[in-house]
Amino acid sequence: MKTNRKTIPMPMRYLINTVLIVLFILASTLFVNSDAVSGYFTKILMVIGINIILAVSLNIATGYLGQLPLGHAGFMAVGAYTGGIFLKAVDAAKATGGTYYLYVAAALVLSGIVAGIFGILIGVPALRLKGDYLAIITLGFGEIIRVVLTNIDSVLGFDLTYGASGLKRIPKITTFFNVLLCVVLSCVVIHMVMKSRHGRAILSIRENEIAAESCGIRTTYYKVMAFTMSAFFAGVAGCLYAGYLGSLQPSSFGFMKSIEILVMVVLGGMGSMLGSILSATVLTALPEALRAFSDYRMVVYSLVLVLMMIFKPTGLLGQYDFSLSRILEKLMNPKKSAGKKEGASHE
Amino acid sequence: MAFLSTLFSQVINGLQSGSIYALVALGYSMVYGIIMLLNFAHGDIIMVGAYVVWMSTANFGFHPIVSILLAVVVSTTLGVVIEKVAYAPLRSSPRLSLLITAIGISFLLENGFQLIFGAGAKVVPDFLTGPSVHLGSATISFSAIVTIVVTVLMMAGLTFLVQKTKLGKAMRAVSEDMGAAQLMGINLNTTISFTFAMGSALAGVASVLYLSSYGQASPTMGSMLGLKAFVAAVLGGIGSLPGAMLGGFVIGMAEALVSAAGLSVWKDGVVFAILIIVLLVKPTGLMGKPMTEKV
Repeated sequence: MKTNRKTIPMPMRYLINTVLIVLFILASTLFVNSDAVSGYFTKILMVIGINIILAVSLNIATGYLGQLPLGHAGFMAVGAYTGGIFLKAVDAAKATGGTYYLYVAAALVLSGIVAGIFGILIGVPALRLKGDYLAIITLGFGEIIRVVLTNIDSVLGFDLTYGASGLKRIPKITTFFNVLLCVVLSCVVIHMVMKSRHGRAILSIRENEIAAESCGIRTTYYKVMAFTMSAFFAGVAGCLYAGYLGSLQPSSFGFMKSIEILVMVVLGGMGSMLGSILSATVLTALPEALRAFSDYRMVVYSLVLVLMMIFKPTGLLGQYDFSLSRILEKLMNPKKSAGKKEGASHE
Repeated sequence: MAFLSTLFSQVINGLQSGSIYALVALGYSMVYGIIMLLNFAHGDIIMVGAYVVWMSTANFGFHPIVSILLAVVVSTTLGVVIEKVAYAPLRSSPRLSLLITAIGISFLLENGFQLIFGAGAKVVPDFLTGPSVHLGSATISFSAIVTIVVTVLMMAGLTFLVQKTKLGKAMRAVSEDMGAAQLMGINLNTTISFTFAMGSALAGVASVLYLSSYGQASPTMGSMLGLKAFVAAVLGGIGSLPGAMLGGFVIGMAEALVSAAGLSVWKDGVVFAILIIVLLVKPTGLMGKPMTEKV
């Protein structure tokens, strides 16, 4: 097998991937909508999907760009509130047929775009800093977004976010199907960008910023681009979250939420998309599975985190991430489903 | 006159909370200076200290002095144990793993205490009672006086320790260049443990002072207090001791003045806005570069 180094031509690969993705979406939607799966289980799957989008989006900034933003929940909050307010304004719950889907799609895109704009606004000043200082400044921005969401109504006299009591009665637009679609689209788009010329520029900044700059890569441009992309998908996830819960409280987008997302990325292995997806799944499902011991689950969760860092700091996948791609290579089997594409990390 | 006395009492409030922030910020700054770690668990050490005071005064009925000493001893021990168990094995690994470990320890302490004592706040009876001082129409409470005096004494003691003693010299050397310090025969482990012990002892004192003014202990009390103290450390220039003190007082005053202006809901926002402005204008903080006495 190893002598057969020929690869399948690109159009064919795209075709295979597309077919596999469509089959995957159809099969899992049919599976979930059948009676075999309870409503509770579907809800957990939806939360897992939202967390996957959050993790892969943070992975752009953390894993690929090599920075450490601690304000990811802020972007999620911006997206969630944008989506929630839009859905309430157009009264999506009353719309039917094509209009309904149009509204849902518009809400998702709009949330992403608004969060992306915030990403640019925050990224331009914040990305002048590096390392710990970048972490701190994004933490500051994240907290400010939360404080503003809590207090803006009382200052400006709007009825927009309803302050600490929360935005309620948002049309519940989130279904398993649109979560799945968003997960697949986010993963595919992120994967494709990272494999492109722009993605390689972003990776080169992670490896060595000075060397990248001296090779003519516009580092500021690409850093802001990666940061904005990260914010965009966080916004989409936020919108799904708003449509899932039906009500939003600013306090749920605090510093701890950002940390939760970061933990998912780090445990999975930074710069590995498969790692982010797996750890987002495990870390969402595990507390549910441990619900019987619900008093102890947060303690166990934090213990696992500490022990993991001490004994296996490379993350959940660690070596295995690498061997997976090697197995695929060995079998000369380019059929990777989009949900299981691995990021461009070869460290 | 009424306005002036309100302003005066707000300034005293600011100094009081600023003192607590300063004590906590010192711990952040010392640890960051020596192993470049944002010790997220630092805020939770204060929480543990507060619970010790609650246990010993409300449950066992110890004398206040005994419970204060107990709180400081337990916090110090906890700080050293955390360093030995969680941070020491990671000394050569990437800084991000260290940061995640710190976050994990912070989660562990918060949730562990929530599991043992429940999520509700524990009310600690007044244990620092004494005469308050009247200045015209304004009153300075006894706890405010104690807080400010204790903080100043602590800072003087710490400055002496860092500047004049052999261990202080070792701390400064390790923060300057860890490898070179080791080659000069400085025991790295002892020095780092000592730094954690100092920082945690200050956190223990801060927890007592916190209780004397707010009177409640809850599992999550450390996280916001810790974050703000951390902002104070950055504002002053992280790694710089006088900077941490100054930063703590500035943050405390800013909060008090914002409250005095009737905008107390924006308190947190203002603190983080200060953080962002400082980082954008002068990332090294107010005293980051010129004062090079890093620890």
